[in-house]
Amino acid sequence: MTEYTARQRISRSEVAHVADLARLSLTDQELDAFTNQLAAVLDHAADLEALDLTDVEPMIHPLPVHNVLRPDVVGETSDRNEVLSCAPSIENEQFRVPPVLGESP
Amino acid sequence: MSPSKEITARGLAAEVRSGVRSARSVLEEHLSVIDASEKEIHAFNLVLIEDARAAADVVDAQVAAGDDPGPLAGVPVALKDNICTRGVPTTCSSRILEGWRPPYNATVVDRLVAAGAVVVGKTNLDEFGMGSSTENSAFGVTRNPLDLRKVPGGSSGGSAAAVAAGFTPLALGSDTGGSIRQPAALCGVVGVKPTYGVVSRYGLVAFASSLDQIGPISRTVADSALMLEVIGGHDRRDSTSIPVPAPDLTSVLDRGVEGLRIGIIEELSGDGLEGIAVDVKARLGEAAAALEAAGATVAATSVPSTVYGLSAYYVVAPAEASSNLARYDGVRFGLRIDAPNAGDMNIATRTAGFGDEVKRRIMLGTYALSAGYYDAYYGKSQKVRTLIMNDFARAYEEFDILLSPTAPTTAFPIGEKTSDPMAMYLNDVCTISSNLAGHPSMSVPFGLGNDGMPIGIQVLAPATDEVTMFRVAAVLESTAPAGHPAIGGVA
Repeated sequence: MTEYTARQRISRSEVAHVADLARLSLTDQELDAFTNQLAAVLDHAADLEALDLTDVEPMIHPLPVHNVLRPDVVGETSDRNEVLSCAPSIENEQFRVPPVLGESP
Repeated sequence: MSPSKEITARGLAAEVRSGVRSARSVLEEHLSVIDASEKEIHAFNLVLIEDARAAADVVDAQVAAGDDPGPLAGVPVALKDNICTRGVPTTCSSRILEGWRPPYNATVVDRLVAAGAVVVGKTNLDEFGMGSSTENSAFGVTRNPLDLRKVPGGSSGGSAAAVAAGFTPLALGSDTGGSIRQPAALCGVVGVKPTYGVVSRYGLVAFASSLDQIGPISRTVADSALMLEVIGGHDRRDSTSIPVPAPDLTSVLDRGVEGLRIGIIEELSGDGLEGIAVDVKARLGEAAAALEAAGATVAATSVPSTVYGLSAYYVVAPAEASSNLARYDGVRFGLRIDAPNAGDMNIATRTAGFGDEVKRRIMLGTYALSAGYYDAYYGKSQKVRTLIMNDFARAYEEFDILLSPTAPTTAFPIGEKTSDPMAMYLNDVCTISSNLAGHPSMSVPFGLGNDGMPIGIQVLAPATDEVTMFRVAAVLESTAPAGHPAIGGVA
């Protein structure tokens, strides 16, 4: 594959920032590899830069469909306990997670 | 041709409905084929032997009671393991869904069961559908039944391999950028991506929601038609489902192509296409000649903006994936790696649970959606989809159906492209534009390459014209050169 050493479309620090946003932790080695690989994909996507798209509308949906409202009547729903039983940890019919704010050691 | 190639879903269902054969005997025969070869092919993440036996017995009891179990009576089917099955593990071939048993069935599963089908297992895939070779699975690679050194394609490689190996006559796949059609081509079977909205996505684990579509994989065109009739049609539980009934397809297969205007897409088949193989081009030429001989008019045509399809796709699909996969946080289902606080638990869980390709796409998508880059990447790519749709619309003023190869080459060796994501992505170059436009397209086996491996021809149609697409596919099937001798019964 292409080796990127000089200027790239995405820098190592940008990849680190994106990984942080995506809640992923990367090793130094992974960071190097992903930086090269993402740069190669963004390089390919650079062919879009030459296109003049000023008067083109973005496609939101492949077909002209519209929102449909159903009657406001209670239908079948999922069983509460069955749904909760999928969770790694529950307490008092709620999802249990480690401390969120200010309580971590 | 091995005798088992003659085994079709249509034939089996007819025998079971009329009481000539029991669903149980049909199932046991298929289970013995699975038992003989699954170890080397690894099409399945899970084979549901006892559940399948119970389901087959239900079908037999219906027949004994004088009831009709439905159009797929006793037909064994395999489901891609990103399609939810109530109480049965659904992994997406990812560690992150470890231990998860969905509390509901996908709509397609309910419809298959209601039609008498017998679910025999969940098939391997590239994690969350991200890949073109079924090598990106947390549970190991699937091998091409026709040559165990080669990939089966992906991401629905397990489903395509299961059908090619004779494990089941029918399987469901999902197709976001070619994930049904490309593995079907590489394994020598039929694969269909319906119009976006024809098949309910309820219970399909989301990858890229504006592109994902469930569809059939089978050994014959008629069997895919039959399966699509069963799974298609409006579903109130999918807000993107088209409010029309499933198209009637099995009755149109013998109508031929007399008078149809068929265009060969220059950008997806000509010399300008990077990496297209000589033998693939040769089969496409023969397919065009066969359709002409059958009464269609065939001409080269241009759909210019499809050359931007790959670039637009590898922005749009990762962007939607990064959003869809944000739900895997270790809180409500699946894997949790414990940590002293919730934030670190999220990070530890996602880092341990996702494979490299999924991480790559999440990061690519997060980047493409991040402040300062949104317009340059995601906004621009959504506009490119409009260009592609407009170009298709122009082409369909002149032509009823468009044609291209399904993949630029035959199946490649396992391991060849795993370290170079961009080389892997180029496999999807012919299939992606149909997803971006929301149009139907399907792959039909049409002879072999110089390496003796199957080649697929892609038939593209305008939105909701599955009927004409299947007419052309049926003619291609009946005029195709001999396929691989091992299809449907492992040699």
